[in-house]
Amino acid sequence: MAMHRIRVKVNGAAHESEVESRLLLVHYLREMLRLTGTHIGCDTTHCGACTVLLDGRPVKSCTVLAVQADGRDVMTVEGLEKDGKLDPIQEGFFQEHGLQCGYCTPGMMMTSHALLQRNPNPSEGEIRQAISGNLCRCTGYVNIVKSVQHAAAAARSRS
Amino acid sequence: MSAPTPKTTPEVGGMGHSIKRKEDPRFLRGRGNYVDDIQLPGMLHMDIARSPYAHAKIKKIDTEKAMKVPGVLAVITGATLEQYKLHWMPTLMSDTQMVLPTDRVMYQAQEVAAVIATDRYAAADGAAAVEVEYEPLPVVVDPFKALEPGAPVLRTDKPGKKDNRIWHWEAGDRAATEKAFREADVVVKEQIYIPRIHVASIETCGCVADFDRVTGKLTVFMTTQAPHAIRTVFALVAGHVGLSEEKIRIVSPDIGGGFGGKVPVYPGYVIAVAASVVIGKPVKWVEDRMENLQADSFARDYHMTAELAAKKDGTMTAVRIKTLADHGYADAAANPSKFPAGLFSICTGSYDLKNAFCEVDGVYTNKPPGGVAYRCSFRVTEAVHAIERITDRLAQELKMDPAALRMKNFIPKEKFPYHSALGWEYDSGDYPAALKKAMDLIGYDALRKEQVEKRAKGELMGIGISSFTEIVGAGPSKHFDILGIKMFDSCELRVHPTGKAIARFGTKSQGQGHETTYAQIIAEELGIPAAHVQVEEGDTDTAPYGLGTYASRSTPTAGAAGAIAARKVRDKAKKIAAHLLEVSEDDLVWEPGKFSVKGAPQKAKTIQEIALAAYTNHPQGMEAGLEAVDYYDPPNLTFPFGSYICVVDIDRGTGEVKIRRFVAVDDCGNIINPMIVDGQIHGGLTMGMAPALLEEISYDEQGNNQAGSFMDYLVPTAMETPSWETAKTTTPSPHHPFGAKGVGESATVGAPPAIVNAVVDALAHLGVKHLDIPITPEKVWRILKEKGVAE
Amino acid sequence: MIPASFDYHQPKTLSEAIGLLSRLGEGAKVLSGGQSLLPLLKLRLGSAGHLVDIGRVPGLEDIREEGGFLKIGGRARESDLEHSDVVRKKYPILADTAAVIADPLVRNMATVGGNLAHGDPANDHPATMLALGATVVATGSKGERTIPIDQFFTGLFETALAHDEILTEIRIPVPPPKSGGAYVKLERKVGDFATAGAAAQLTLGAGGEVVRAGIGLTNAGMTPVRAAAAEKFLQGKKLDEATVRQAARLAADAADPSPDRRGSVEYKREMARVLTARALKRAASRAQGA
Repeated sequence: MAMHRIRVKVNGAAHESEVESRLLLVHYLREMLRLTGTHIGCDTTHCGACTVLLDGRPVKSCTVLAVQADGRDVMTVEGLEKDGKLDPIQEGFFQEHGLQCGYCTPGMMMTSHALLQRNPNPSEGEIRQAISGNLCRCTGYVNIVKSVQHAAAAARSRS
Repeated sequence: MSAPTPKTTPEVGGMGHSIKRKEDPRFLRGRGNYVDDIQLPGMLHMDIARSPYAHAKIKKIDTEKAMKVPGVLAVITGATLEQYKLHWMPTLMSDTQMVLPTDRVMYQAQEVAAVIATDRYAAADGAAAVEVEYEPLPVVVDPFKALEPGAPVLRTDKPGKKDNRIWHWEAGDRAATEKAFREADVVVKEQIYIPRIHVASIETCGCVADFDRVTGKLTVFMTTQAPHAIRTVFALVAGHVGLSEEKIRIVSPDIGGGFGGKVPVYPGYVIAVAASVVIGKPVKWVEDRMENLQADSFARDYHMTAELAAKKDGTMTAVRIKTLADHGYADAAANPSKFPAGLFSICTGSYDLKNAFCEVDGVYTNKPPGGVAYRCSFRVTEAVHAIERITDRLAQELKMDPAALRMKNFIPKEKFPYHSALGWEYDSGDYPAALKKAMDLIGYDALRKEQVEKRAKGELMGIGISSFTEIVGAGPSKHFDILGIKMFDSCELRVHPTGKAIARFGTKSQGQGHETTYAQIIAEELGIPAAHVQVEEGDTDTAPYGLGTYASRSTPTAGAAGAIAARKVRDKAKKIAAHLLEVSEDDLVWEPGKFSVKGAPQKAKTIQEIALAAYTNHPQGMEAGLEAVDYYDPPNLTFPFGSYICVVDIDRGTGEVKIRRFVAVDDCGNIINPMIVDGQIHGGLTMGMAPALLEEISYDEQGNNQAGSFMDYLVPTAMETPSWETAKTTTPSPHHPFGAKGVGESATVGAPPAIVNAVVDALAHLGVKHLDIPITPEKVWRILKEKGVAE
Repeated sequence: MIPASFDYHQPKTLSEAIGLLSRLGEGAKVLSGGQSLLPLLKLRLGSAGHLVDIGRVPGLEDIREEGGFLKIGGRARESDLEHSDVVRKKYPILADTAAVIADPLVRNMATVGGNLAHGDPANDHPATMLALGATVVATGSKGERTIPIDQFFTGLFETALAHDEILTEIRIPVPPPKSGGAYVKLERKVGDFATAGAAAQLTLGAGGEVVRAGIGLTNAGMTPVRAAAAEKFLQGKKLDEATVRQAARLAADAADPSPDRRGSVEYKREMARVLTARALKRAASRAQGA
């Protein structure tokens, strides 16, 4: 079993771990770091429940090796809240009922958070396209779109 | 008809307030607690080796290589379980299914051996190393062929079983219906197939089984919609090996979507429990998506022949439906015991039909067992699809507008409560109002004009209607039980000395928002702010017994129990208030949150003051405390309804169907939380659209699943999903304590025929009369090509 | 789903990576974005003794015009291509393609080089690169060589790359004025492989006649398909309705698709026709606007 020492910054905190080559990033986060907000839904790179930001870009952490994250910056849903204050995207999902069972929600929020970093004022079409790698079985996406718009408006009025 | 004004203030947050969800703060922070998040000290992991064949004899299972994989501790086979007589188990429909096979596999992906290891990776390596020698047997895939003479008999385990028929069920008056058909001016008939689909909740199924050898207590954290029923099933199945019901605790933690797929007991749960009992350590099993799609219970798979009889003027006179139901190798549906075909006899729909007859035959094939729901009450989607499709077919035959035909045949408002030809008592309804509202919202007449213009230009657009009637809230205990357990549901409510409360229920939310809506029910009845009502469900050690959450039954049953429990508390509170105010109970009036003296409103006691007195200053002779329990047995089912209109455009080059607009007018009676109801409808519509256009699990002739991962099982993304438009009418249920009806599944039931009707409407001028779902681009394109209109 | 064990290597330079591939032999596979490779390993449909991750090798991510070519580094990510200014402005066919590959999250890891080097005729870039007349740069133990795209795809999941070679760059000739291209894909839903896909790149003459036409088809055979007869037919012609129709018909004749859940052979071939016509029209309109 080939082991590797990796250094990964997760939600701002530095971690140094001994991992097997084949360890998937999602299992590293969930089982070694016990950050269980990142979920697993399909195993085949389709559902996006495992979405985290890798150097700021949303990726499916079930299809990234932990060793690939060596030296990089990972952000998970646990990193969204800052100083006890919800991120605008979390507030948007809360206000607009953008979640039901909550299982796809962390991935959905990470993708949307990254979208707003790149495009602070997305259209409905742009939002739908951006979240098209994240499956939700509960909401029918209508309120997720509204949640992202809510977050965008809040961020605009703040700046 | 319009929604009543809330009786409570927004701060109290009773019925009718769109208060924000109480469960959200943990989910938004990634702090939900789902089964796979549970990590117990010393926990082991289980992975399962599965059959590549749909039907085969097992000649040999060699576990030697698997046992040599570092970290692997045990390999469990059917032979292991046979020692404990745990290799078979009952299904919820009183059929039987294997936990692990000893000699034969009956469907592709069936569990063959389970590997227990120190971690997930070692368990996976172990499962890959299990070597099984099979001898393939003839595979029965087609349910029609399964009934032909000479077809291989699949359930040879059942003594005396000579064919593959599971049961025959019928409802209605066959002779009277046949007579009505003979006398009809016009009869339309259609073969309608509703394919096998899968709920595919984003969280798959799994459990952590934890048996404590010292105390003999078994705790199972599992993805279940019905924890109490599961506890009893476990006690019944494993009583002979010493598992006694008081020593079994089922905990259903946060559930990542259920939709019916988390009602059954799957072999994986039972094997994990057996492994924990034998090894004495916690064992986690979480299936992956392919296992979920290939082995867990499916929904639908109904082959229907539907016929409708009518007079020349469009008056419908009779409906007749004959159905073959493919249940796979075991009937593992989760229907009420007396209803093997669920509530399929709601197939007279929203229409005043005097004669009706339906019959269903259940059939065994070499497919995974099941017949559970897919976000619908028991088999109601199939019934609604049949009646709404055949109604459009009649409109086409008579060259009538489908809206006008519906208006003509709706059960009139004044006929409620209405006794249907198939024996149901519809509680309340105003069907024309819902359809009228949908037509106004979408601009029906203008769309029909547009369609005429488009057709002249060779463009294809269609308008489809579905005016459905749901039947939910099982159910009255006279008729409804699961394995003999009556389908009541329950609430246990305690008010604390400071006027805050905890309420526990026998149901289990999987995203429906019970922590919020149940709190609102208590708030409505007692005036205690919803923010101060803690709702708990899912732990059988603490929650009162209930049958769980499925079939849109939570609000009609457990929600009702919550209201009644609160009213019992209020009755006691009244006595205490009378004592405190030194007046007779008759002199008190209630308004949300307080009792005051008639004519002297300044003389009042709030519920908080009364609660404190219940513990500090209660009347002599009265028990202290302020709590109540209610086991609610509904007097009838509830009948939500709605009218949906869908507009589609068809790409003449590719055959792709695009939903341009979709208006959904729902009537679910009185509404607890409008925001949550809209969310339920959005989700339900999406799960209605999905099988209409995308999702299908089919099998090749060898019984290989053709859609066993998300590569081919096409769950819609935000790009395929239209922006749903919703509206309401409000017709309260006359028998429900607060007039609610249930809503979680209406849209899934109602949406598919609206979409199919729209597509058929777009092609009707070419002579198209019916299309089976899913309506794939190629299906449409073949028609366009055949009719010579393809690009 | 858990992959079987393998060893992992993280070279810091191109020569180190190539050295590893030479030393480790056939059991070693290049890990670029991993969005095709890792799912195969997780499904245990493929195995690898060693993964050589080129993620730390510098200089493979650039997208720039230089010396008459658009040069795309082998490890440039699909999302970078999708959002690149020069690509959006001058190579809309590439932006079209990048925007429909898998889904936006996959595109943040998936690389253009990987999309080609996987040798999967269901991938989208091969058709586009055929239409554009690209050249692939391969770097191995014997140094650097260029491979014309028409010689790159040698079979199902097979390419001209030697096992110790890494696809380091894709070169696309800078299109002359009055050029335009488009990629049109029919998919069952976002994230799916194409039921059919057509890429068309046109250069028009002063009178609007076709000076050069490149047409590639996705998922239309065991390897990516160039619709050579259609290209030849278009030469010197103006793109009226009948010409487009005939070219699309010729393109469909070049398709030899396999049936699957996306469609029958007949449907897929017909879709190659319909999509080629649409791609040609869009390409022509872009060329006229350029």
